[in-house]
Amino acid sequence: MILYELIDFDTLRVIWWALLGVLLIGFALTDGFDMGVGALLPFVARSDVERRVAINTVGPVWEGNQVWFILGGGAIFAAWPPLYAVSFSGFYLAMFVVLAAFIVRPVAFKYRSKRDSATWRKSWDWALFAGGAVPALLFGVAVGNVLLGVPFHLTPDLMPMYDGNFAMKFLGLLRPFALLSGVVSLSMLLMHGAAWLSLKTEGMVAIRARTIGTVAGMVAAGAYALAGLWLAFGVDGFALTGEVVANGPSNPLYSEVSRGGSWLSAYAERPWIAIAPLMGFVGIAMAVRGLREGYEVSTLLWSKLGIFGIIASVGLTMFPFILPSTVDPNSSLTVWDASSSHRTLFIMLVVTAIFMPLILAYTAWVYKVLWGKVTEDDVTANSHSVY
Amino acid sequence: MEIGLVELSRLQFAMTAMYHFLFVPLTLGLSILVAIMETVYVMTNRPIWRQMTKFWGTLFGINFVLGVATGITMEFQFGMNWSYYSHYVGDIFGAPLAIEGLMAFFLEATFVGLFFFGWDKLSKVAHLIVAWLVALGSNFSALWILIANGWMQNPVGAEFNPDTMRMEMTSFFEVLFNEVAQAKFVHTVSAGYVTASVFVLGVSALYLIQGRHKDLARRSIAVASSFGLAAALSVVVLGDESGYSASHTQKMKLAAIEAMWETHEAPAPFTAIGFPDQEARETHYALEIPWVMGLIGTRSLNTEIPGINELEARSEEMIREGLIAYDALMTIRELRDATPPEVRATFEAHSDTLGYAMLLKRYVDDPRDATEEQIALAAEDTIPGVAPLFWAFRLMVALGFSFIAVMVFFFIRASFYRMRFPRWSLYAAVAIIPTPWIAAELGWFVAEFGRQPWTVDGVLPTALSASYLSIADLLITLAGFVTFYSVLFVIEMGLMVKYIRKGPFQDVPETEAWQARHEHRLRTHDGQGPFATNPAE
Repeated sequence: MILYELIDFDTLRVIWWALLGVLLIGFALTDGFDMGVGALLPFVARSDVERRVAINTVGPVWEGNQVWFILGGGAIFAAWPPLYAVSFSGFYLAMFVVLAAFIVRPVAFKYRSKRDSATWRKSWDWALFAGGAVPALLFGVAVGNVLLGVPFHLTPDLMPMYDGNFAMKFLGLLRPFALLSGVVSLSMLLMHGAAWLSLKTEGMVAIRARTIGTVAGMVAAGAYALAGLWLAFGVDGFALTGEVVANGPSNPLYSEVSRGGSWLSAYAERPWIAIAPLMGFVGIAMAVRGLREGYEVSTLLWSKLGIFGIIASVGLTMFPFILPSTVDPNSSLTVWDASSSHRTLFIMLVVTAIFMPLILAYTAWVYKVLWGKVTEDDVTANSHSVY
Repeated sequence: MEIGLVELSRLQFAMTAMYHFLFVPLTLGLSILVAIMETVYVMTNRPIWRQMTKFWGTLFGINFVLGVATGITMEFQFGMNWSYYSHYVGDIFGAPLAIEGLMAFFLEATFVGLFFFGWDKLSKVAHLIVAWLVALGSNFSALWILIANGWMQNPVGAEFNPDTMRMEMTSFFEVLFNEVAQAKFVHTVSAGYVTASVFVLGVSALYLIQGRHKDLARRSIAVASSFGLAAALSVVVLGDESGYSASHTQKMKLAAIEAMWETHEAPAPFTAIGFPDQEARETHYALEIPWVMGLIGTRSLNTEIPGINELEARSEEMIREGLIAYDALMTIRELRDATPPEVRATFEAHSDTLGYAMLLKRYVDDPRDATEEQIALAAEDTIPGVAPLFWAFRLMVALGFSFIAVMVFFFIRASFYRMRFPRWSLYAAVAIIPTPWIAAELGWFVAEFGRQPWTVDGVLPTALSASYLSIADLLITLAGFVTFYSVLFVIEMGLMVKYIRKGPFQDVPETEAWQARHEHRLRTHDGQGPFATNPAE
């Protein structure tokens, strides 16, 4: 059967590159406000009832939101196996910390209200805070490292190897530029969480969320602008130098890559991509305005647009690179040489085309059923069924 | 590659996978039992069935969340700890994992929140549909995981691509309808149903012993014993199906489970019990039942089942053939597009055995330099540890048959003895609560340990699959997982015990109102059917 040849290999690769972006953005837009709410919890909610209100705004939906993260992992495995192999083993200890956060967070949501003890609940509040703040920061740090390049090389058998000792593999990730990226992601998800709380709660929780969200939004915009300048003047970009074979076999060692120049030269070659950072800035600015003025639905939508723009700008700036290598640029993974086979990409596209609309439809339905504010009365009246 | 690193990676994977599977079987079965109970509630409107749904639903939720949380580790651990494996087979193995997310995991996770939070926001029927979608999602999830695992046992629909140095999919259809995967799927979900049934049975028996929540306990036993009986039968039948498919897909695993050293004239006997001795290659004090092995394994009286020694000799031939493929591969890698077509033809003719040549990499960097001794050692490596498999399998099977006996007993007492259970049987039902978990973990042990020395049978040796991490990396995460998982386990057990002790949330006025109305209806025949709802409700 040669049905899969209906779509060219290089087209499929670009589609899957875009879908990778869709998944990351889907994760940031949905699970992003869960992480934001977790990280905001100690600051927006003081009493136990207030905390329960904040937690119950995400209570019924965090489980579905977290699947974006898991599907992200699965889709990278299926569509970009070399990326899955190189990045997760390279960021080994950082991944372990993220996993720990994503394991403790669900348990904290579910178990916090199951006992009345104050120590019990306070411990889970810390778990929710760390489970939200730590991954929100580390995802940005990871993206920063991807832009800087990672010290790995591939053997002729395509086995990924890393330079440096184990401690450097975690601490080595915390480079200044990467930390700045971490500030961008943490502050933008705090803003997003605040926008969500302002929509779903009332009274003091909402007021505090708006104040913190305004500051977080400004920090996000500032840090994002600073990261752009840093990219322009302080970070080496990567470029394909040899002949580009867009539909060749997925073997990163077949292509030639040089380091030097700037990532931002992409904006000279493809000026239209400037729309992404523009969306980032406009989205954040409008979300900050909405938080100050007390708009609810529109603020959340603007916040989504801002996050969409920021994440998209990273991918569009780096295209066709996915994960560059600093020690052996030829080992760098690009859209043209790090994908699954033609057939697998096609099959996975068909499956995605069937299920993604269904997922979006029933997720929308669930949000519709749960529409409306969570109040202190709701939480106290249904103590045995809500979190 | 350092052997210590591979062993530690295996230890970590085994530990996290087996821990994950403490929660999965209960999720698989309890999601369906809860949905069945809610169905009865929607059909009869009796409040007791809603109380049952909510009570077992609460226990389901406590268990479910840890299944979700520990499942995240599994999704990412392939890339973290098994990066060469991920590169080598990701083109095939990644697909079912991604489809699991798209088709199953989104479904169960999106609706499970609504199951707990939606009682007042949805109509009865809509809530019931939500409960069934959660059950459906959980079970679909198992389907895709077993398709992925089935491919590791029986790698169909794929071939090696020398340009990309990895296995690539040639037929999605074959991967999907892999006979090993299908048998394993039904076997595994049925085991989950048995686990949940034994759990519900045991907790209900505890209530009967304590003389409380009798209404809930009796009804729960009725549901669990009938569902459990069907499931226990299905586990054994599909276990047999797995054995039959192993006789032509994983001959070495089957021979090791049976401690069958020599090829026996058909039909082979089944060794019920004995003491396998891997060094001497014989089984001491073997108690053999004639014909049975031949019948189970081949479903015929004249097909031979090869023994371990014969299979080892075949492995050695495969290694030698694999070296031809390996040699051709090295030429292709050097010359790329300039490779003469006859070299490519040689490679394609022998590429099925490439994995066997890679077994030698444990002993020598370039397999082509291997000595005769090393080839013999690599061939011996293809025999997994016989005694652990032999015993684990027999214990699992014994437990499997005992579940049928338990379910038959409770089903008969529930159906024909007006729900009267002798006191000893209630104590026994409480005591056996942990056994289905033991059987399930033994089953995974037999499946995965029996596949050694391969991660993908005949394709990729375990020794080559691991990530090139440092021992320190592994020790840190291993210590982290052990501590972290132990704490979570203690917390989870604590909550389970607390909520079992607390019992169901009973709305007494509502139950009494229903009872009064029910009796009124019986007396007066007010013309309304049993499905009619009370307008006052």
